[in-house]
Amino acid sequence: MNLLKIRTFKDKLFLSFVLLFALSSILPLFFIIFYLTKQGISAINWHFLVNLPKPVGETGGGISNAIVGTFLLVILASAFAIPIGIGAGVYLFEFRRSKLANVVRLSVDILQGIPSIVIGIIAYLWVVKRMGSFSALSGGIALGVMMLPIVIKSTEETLKLIPYSLKEASLALGVTYQRTILKVILPAGLSGILTGVLISIARIAGETAPLLFTAFGNPFMNINLFKPINSLPLLIYNYATSPYPEWHKLAWGASFILIIFVLLLNFIAKGIAKRWKVQF
Amino acid sequence: MRRVLFSGKFIGVIQREANIDSDRAFKNILYISGIIVLILVLGIFVSLTLNSFPSIKAFGMRFLTGKEWDPVSREFGALPFIIGTFLTSFIALLISIPFSLAISILLGEYYKKGILSSTLNTTIELLSGIPSIIYGFWGLFVLVPIVRAFEIKFGISPYGVGIVTSAIILAIMIIPYSASLGREVISLVPADIKEAAYSLGATRYEVVRDVVMPYARSGIFAGFLLSLGRALGETMAVTMVIGNSNLLPSSIFAPGNTMASVIANEFTEATGNLYFSALIEVGMVLFLLTTVINIIGRIAIKKMAFEGGQ
Repeated sequence: MNLLKIRTFKDKLFLSFVLLFALSSILPLFFIIFYLTKQGISAINWHFLVNLPKPVGETGGGISNAIVGTFLLVILASAFAIPIGIGAGVYLFEFRRSKLANVVRLSVDILQGIPSIVIGIIAYLWVVKRMGSFSALSGGIALGVMMLPIVIKSTEETLKLIPYSLKEASLALGVTYQRTILKVILPAGLSGILTGVLISIARIAGETAPLLFTAFGNPFMNINLFKPINSLPLLIYNYATSPYPEWHKLAWGASFILIIFVLLLNFIAKGIAKRWKVQF
Repeated sequence: MRRVLFSGKFIGVIQREANIDSDRAFKNILYISGIIVLILVLGIFVSLTLNSFPSIKAFGMRFLTGKEWDPVSREFGALPFIIGTFLTSFIALLISIPFSLAISILLGEYYKKGILSSTLNTTIELLSGIPSIIYGFWGLFVLVPIVRAFEIKFGISPYGVGIVTSAIILAIMIIPYSASLGREVISLVPADIKEAAYSLGATRYEVVRDVVMPYARSGIFAGFLLSLGRALGETMAVTMVIGNSNLLPSSIFAPGNTMASVIANEFTEATGNLYFSALIEVGMVLFLLTTVINIIGRIAIKKMAFEGGQ
């Protein structure tokens, strides 16, 4: 009887420890969101969004160049990563039993694990060094490489959910293989692939490390792909580590905008995945 | 009439051949996209090796054991950064383990559905979505003063920035990762073996300790490995709070540098071929390290999935 009491007590103690630790890991999110909102929201107004950064001492600077830069970099990265990513994802699914596909799958895993700073070095060596200057293009390529494994994996995982009979039915009607994939299989898995793409964009929009020696940052507005360009994370890094309080304020505002953008993308992705679930 | 039929057949043949051609071209496009990924990874490895060659030739193994990182006298030993990387990552892993295990057990075993589970799940997803630069910024302005206050209280030299501060930030960053892997692994444990234990009179705690954990062990281990791999390569958050000192850290409260943070700090300022190639060699060591850890982690997960499938 006594032993049973001890055992049930241990059981309850264990559950309370599990609850305590699990729930306390929510706290950092609240601290971060709270602090960011407190510091960031006061910095944000219309001028903040449409003006360029101003030198120290002048008030009213904005972050328009970084917002434009982030969008440009994301578009560049997507233009590179989405077609290749979906192609490679379809390849991995369609040729899943071949030896080469296994090697490619391993490469995707390795690519996903490569630290972002190393991707930055690679983009520097491959693009910046060859072209002779930091550029938006090199930043876009670096981000595209980071995006690639996420797009490939989500494409492959989505295609696994689509029943084989759908493909067979299409082929049996005499539809060519190319049209079967492009007009039957991919549209059937569209929401899953779209979710993957959005999540990968949310991921790269906040990346700083691969841009340090590729896009480099730029205090002016730039839309020339062959010139250095600013982005929100780069601006946050440069201003946060500066000694000037007014620049810190700009950085808090930029962080607030960045986190809203990233969390919004995550929510949209989740909504798409839930609403248009790939199911048969 | 015959002529028309004949030409119709003929056109059909041409059409079919065109289809076969376009199918072949399409398959080639798929094939090439797959190959591009393979070439990309091989290319990364080859580029890192080639560009770090001057440094490999100049220092050999001394690069990994040298304590001196002095661009002025052109002496490059990466030991302080290797130690800094391992210290921050392992301390982060140690801090994160109780939290991520608790979340995994709670979501994988106790509350698989319901308000608590969906709230916790959403929070974890949000935490993993926050960019690392924001963790770093927050750490620099909120966590560093707190750590500094502690250090003053306990009479340690009050840097605020340093190994421990980075480890705390890293721990917050990797908890969602290992927790979500752990949850999946724990929810894979078959119900019948748990029920067998319950029917023998085991309490829930005993079931978790003696049935669930042993069964999920390799998967949970894989989760820890993969999150370790993440911590090793994390750059921005660490760079902002570690203090950027190129000396061997004297204690875990001292400032230091990790492999990733030294590259982030010095790459654009590297003057001279040897300095540049030494930094790239640091990158290569980091690449090899994270790749090996990732591959071991994936093998462990596959093994778990295989056992679970039986």
